[in-house]
Amino acid sequence: MKPEKEKLISIGDIVLLATVILLCVVVTVLLVTSREDGLEVEIVSDGEVVKTMELKKDAEYEVVTDRGTNLVVIEDGQVTVKEADCPDKVCVNHKPISMTGETIICLPHKLVIEIVE
Amino acid sequence: MSENKVNSVSQNKITALSGVFIALAMILSYLENLIPINVAVPGVKLGLANLVTIVSLFKLGLKPTIVISIGRIVLSGVLFGNVTVIIYSLAGAFLSILVMYIVKKIKIFTVTGVSICGAVAHNFGQIIVAALILENANIMYYMLVLAAIGALAGTAIGILSGIILKNIRF
Repeated sequence: MKPEKEKLISIGDIVLLATVILLCVVVTVLLVTSREDGLEVEIVSDGEVVKTMELKKDAEYEVVTDRGTNLVVIEDGQVTVKEADCPDKVCVNHKPISMTGETIICLPHKLVIEIVE
Repeated sequence: MSENKVNSVSQNKITALSGVFIALAMILSYLENLIPINVAVPGVKLGLANLVTIVSLFKLGLKPTIVISIGRIVLSGVLFGNVTVIIYSLAGAFLSILVMYIVKKIKIFTVTGVSICGAVAHNFGQIIVAALILENANIMYYMLVLAAIGALAGTAIGILSGIILKNIRF
């Protein structure tokens, strides 16, 4: 029996935690700084591109599938999801996207909205 | 026969405890669903049910832990979720248990380190499934946020597990 010897957290654990967080932060910073203003938005439903739109022009597009609907809106060069009938509303609450590589994802509807060059 | 094994838990006890642990894990994951964490990224959670996984991995061993996790996920999924939830959870749990088992064997970290690795592995398993279902590799970027938050949550759960492991007797 070694009741007191087992520590709850060791130096090794803290190093591990710090490494993971630092790595994530560094890679995120690198990614974000390398991003540029996107030109087009691609709407991918269930792995297939259903619509490509220019960011310059304000527009609306409703994605309707048998899983549900999402209303994608382009406004001032930024893309948001205005309305959706999915249960979690993660896509609706997502911040507007405009830079290349940024995505809004609706998992329940298998929908990916992605900014491309 | 197993009367001589003083330190290990007997087979009957493991079977009984597995049932208790499944019930406990189900309650914890239900409790967690009641507390919504609203972050921009989906999939962020504390991972309370992982407490049970860690305690059983350290106290009962690998096989009962796998049984407990599958039991919890399938039962919770059928009761409160759907097939998609079950697939996501199974992928996360499988990778998480595998990684925690290996890290525990290596013995460089305490239970907290094991928990951190398990949390990150859990997120990784789920993001792989999400990438496969959506047929889009770009969502792997979410892993950066998930891994950082997962490591923090894993630390909290790890310390809690350590306290439980110190005080539990059976």
